[in-house]
Amino acid sequence: MSEWWTYRAEDFLLFSQRVYWRMFELHNAALWPLHVLTLATGLIIILLIAWRPRSSARWIALILAMLWIFVGWSFLWNRYATINWAAAYAAPAFVVEGVLLLVIGSLRDGLAFERRGLAGWTGYLILGFALAGQPLLAPLQGRGWATSEAFGIAPDPTVIATLGVLLLARGRLLPLLLPIPVLWCLLSGMTLSTMGEPQAWAPYAALALAAAGWIWTIVRRRGSPTS
Amino acid sequence: MRTTRRTFVQAALAATAAAALPISLRAQESAPARRPIPSTREEIPIVGLGTWITFNVGGDPVLRDECAGVMAAFFEAGGRMIDSSPMYGSSQPVIGYGLQKLGRPSALFSAEKVWTSSAAAGPPQIEQSRRFWGVPKFDLVQVHNLLAWKAHLQMLFQMKAAGAVRYVGITTSEGRRHDLIEQIMRNEPIDFVQLSYNVVDREAEARLLPLASERGIAVIVNRPFRQGALTDRLKREPLPEWAREFGASTWAQLILKFILSHPAVTVAIPATSRVDHVRENLSAAAGPMPDLAMRQRISAHVKAL
Repeated sequence: MSEWWTYRAEDFLLFSQRVYWRMFELHNAALWPLHVLTLATGLIIILLIAWRPRSSARWIALILAMLWIFVGWSFLWNRYATINWAAAYAAPAFVVEGVLLLVIGSLRDGLAFERRGLAGWTGYLILGFALAGQPLLAPLQGRGWATSEAFGIAPDPTVIATLGVLLLARGRLLPLLLPIPVLWCLLSGMTLSTMGEPQAWAPYAALALAAAGWIWTIVRRRGSPTS
Repeated sequence: MRTTRRTFVQAALAATAAAALPISLRAQESAPARRPIPSTREEIPIVGLGTWITFNVGGDPVLRDECAGVMAAFFEAGGRMIDSSPMYGSSQPVIGYGLQKLGRPSALFSAEKVWTSSAAAGPPQIEQSRRFWGVPKFDLVQVHNLLAWKAHLQMLFQMKAAGAVRYVGITTSEGRRHDLIEQIMRNEPIDFVQLSYNVVDREAEARLLPLASERGIAVIVNRPFRQGALTDRLKREPLPEWAREFGASTWAQLILKFILSHPAVTVAIPATSRVDHVRENLSAAAGPMPDLAMRQRISAHVKAL
């Protein structure tokens, strides 16, 4: 693209706010009451992390993997890509993240949930926001419940919840699971802020909190005499 | 026709009677003005319909019907040119849906674009666009933002020679690559050039618009309202009283009349998703247009706000 410096974020926005939120409304209507099931799986993830029964990491990775692949196919590919051709590239990325979760989650010591302290609580906070806070943003901003974004149904809460889960996890291959959620948060935040939507802060804040948690963990580990 | 005292009096009486009609009635009765496409002298209404953002509504059945309603109002008010691009998301199938719903209006002047960096992908993309629209062929195909322009222009000239497209053009927006646009206008036998031009973005007046007149190239003006930003900014200000002298009763009409009164402009293509706006835009194409002095007054007034 020549003269790329003359382009602004607005030049890449292909749709209006109204069309964007109507898309969530239609998606929710088409999938209801699946939201109850996906919310239940989110609560199961929290319980598995907190109680850490045997094979918990494998089950958490499996649940998240299925939801990433489902959201990539049902929302990004079948719905969002009709108004934004860039979503056709994001959809396979969601499938890749799902496959990575499946593979890394199935490896011995691929993922482990033993984190405590500030980073751990930040992970719970992000996860809790994705499950309970994000769906409230639509009614709080006057759009009504119909356009709510639910975990396992819409991309943002699914990705944000995954960031929280990854902040609670440790594992040698964990860094491989980070790029796609990080990139999505940036992309979604840019899309929302270009549309003038105040809730652009949500993916940005989740990303900033997760980054702060990881930095805190790394600093603590390096400062530890046992490291 | 020779003007006699009798014909002069008849014309004066007719003009007086027309002036006495209510404005709304006159607006309904007045068709949009037309201008000839220089390469063929085919006349076309000077306000068309853009589809950037406004027609990208995906599979939403409610919004698709709203777009069809906008198209219905557009054709009803005498419009002809609808412009789209493969870049505009679902706009092409939404146009196709509207055309089918309206019984494929014969007035349609279809303006499309080819938008791919691959020369080989150009013809299949145009064919895909044609299927989306559901038309036998496009009236006009333009090279979108000069992407792979050399290869696509040669392909389009061949299509035109074979009768697969009636007109060939190039596009740019927001003042980008005017040097290259000028070079192509000088050296290639294009029928149309599409560019951004409005009361605050007047760069095209310096070279491209005079060159279009000189070379006999039709001009399509995109983003006349700066994607709504211009009208949003101006709506807080009162419309000057003198705007009514040439029939502009809203800022949108004043801005459109400024664009349309440039002699090199053939068609302006404001995009909208509202029926009242499409009617308002088409009505700006009827009635008197500002003269040179008034154009300068409009420009100075908007600049001062």
